[in-house]
Amino acid sequence: MTVARSRPLISRKTMIDWLGVSPFIVFSVMFLIAPTLYLVTGAFLNAEGHFTLENIAGLFTPKILASYSISLKISLASALGGALIGFFLAWAVVLGGLPGWIRSALLTFSGVASNFAGVPLAFAFLATLGRTGLVTVILRDAFGFNLYATGFNLLSFLGLTLTYMYFQIPLMVLIITPALDGLKKEWREAAEILGASNAQYWTRVALPILFPSILGTFLLLFANAFGAIATAYSLTGSTFNIVPIQLYAQIRGDVLHNPNLGYALALGMIVITGVSNLIYIWMRMRAERWQK
Amino acid sequence: MKLQKVWAWLAILIGAAYFILPLIATFEFSLRMRRGEYSFDAYRSVFADSQFRDSFSYSILMAVLTILFGVLLIVPTAYWVRLRLPQFRPVVEFVTLMPLVIPAIVIVFGYLRLYNSSSIIPFTGSARGTDLLLMFSFMTLSLPYMYRSVDTAMRTIDVNTLTEAAQSLGAPWRTILFRCIFPNVLSGVLSGAFITFAIVIGEFTMPSLLNRPAFGPYLQLIGANRAYEPPALAIIAFAITWASIGILQFASRFNKARPPKP
Repeated sequence: MTVARSRPLISRKTMIDWLGVSPFIVFSVMFLIAPTLYLVTGAFLNAEGHFTLENIAGLFTPKILASYSISLKISLASALGGALIGFFLAWAVVLGGLPGWIRSALLTFSGVASNFAGVPLAFAFLATLGRTGLVTVILRDAFGFNLYATGFNLLSFLGLTLTYMYFQIPLMVLIITPALDGLKKEWREAAEILGASNAQYWTRVALPILFPSILGTFLLLFANAFGAIATAYSLTGSTFNIVPIQLYAQIRGDVLHNPNLGYALALGMIVITGVSNLIYIWMRMRAERWQK
Repeated sequence: MKLQKVWAWLAILIGAAYFILPLIATFEFSLRMRRGEYSFDAYRSVFADSQFRDSFSYSILMAVLTILFGVLLIVPTAYWVRLRLPQFRPVVEFVTLMPLVIPAIVIVFGYLRLYNSSSIIPFTGSARGTDLLLMFSFMTLSLPYMYRSVDTAMRTIDVNTLTEAAQSLGAPWRTILFRCIFPNVLSGVLSGAFITFAIVIGEFTMPSLLNRPAFGPYLQLIGANRAYEPPALAIIAFAITWASIGILQFASRFNKARPPKP
């Protein structure tokens, strides 16, 4: 364009600068931003394309509320369990005075196990705690304890929580170990010189410093469990109505008989995982103040 | 101090039991196929299944393509942002974190609505198109890991000086990128590649909803229909994850000039 050459609106350099990142911009708009925006706007439209809040209101029907509540419960329970046990494991290898090889073994294993999720994880737990699983059989034959007579079922809230913890605990270990490493010896010495007991040191010094890391990681675990589908789906089929499975069924065959209600279901998931991740990022920024 | 050590050992023992028991149980279960004795029949049956070979090689091919295109997208972007557009960095960082925030099932739901056969860009109209879309969706999934590891590697080199040095020697952009920058961030590219591999091989949601014959949906199908093959497949999958993460950790340790004190 001759006009642009005589008096360019934007300089040539700026144009080249932005041209360099244009593949990334195109990619993220096409495969991340546009699909998400499409669902978010779809949640506020009715079948004729007019603005409506009906879909959002439609989420507050017993069936969908029930699936959100079971999803929230499982995510909360597995995140709590994962955070608690993961914290103690990390504490044991960092401050428990154990030999060094245990620390590297735990960290390496955690790197693997936090990525060992999805369908194979379901198989592993079926082989362990299923009706003919090894642990079930050993408990029955060697100890005379019938696990399934107690009402336990792998395809239930407790079973799914136990299974999810297999990737939640390692994730907690991986994130919280550096934070525990960051606790300075001097803080403990200073507390002890001032006459603090072990309990006082933990409740007044260590835990307040660690609190943003712990809460942040807890939220990350929570979001992680909330979005997971493959493990639950191959454990229970589509009988167990957590939100991702409900959404899966909706995508497959419009079981809600209203496409826009499906978008609202997706929006609900984005909001829940989005808020917990945002708080996680914020908490991590706060935690980093102590790690300098 | 003594008491502390007891508690630490106790925590590790309970943790180890929780983590190792399912692996032992899965392995034991996978050997039970022949009545009354242990055998590797389940593994033989898995490897003899042509569907296993097809879906597995499909997923490996997908993983390789995802890594290739992911690297070609991320390395130049991370380089360019560091060199010329530092003000754009927070945006790139935010966007690359998005796949962790938005569940995979939601992202693929959006694809199915945007790129179905009656849309302007009908990716899902043909099998090849769907493969392409699946590859892009895997790239999206691996974006956070790929970008972070490449960017971390790039932090340790001085991008500006390297570029100026190469330019003053008369190197064109292609040479700068592929023969200067690339070798210097290879450790980051490798760790991004292995984690991408581990993610793509096992991914269920995206190929399942896009109806492509990948390894994840195959696993689910076998799980629903067979008894002894699933645990055998779980052991195989665990071995693959172990191998890719193990190589990753080995590579990252190997690459550090001075390993941190334990």
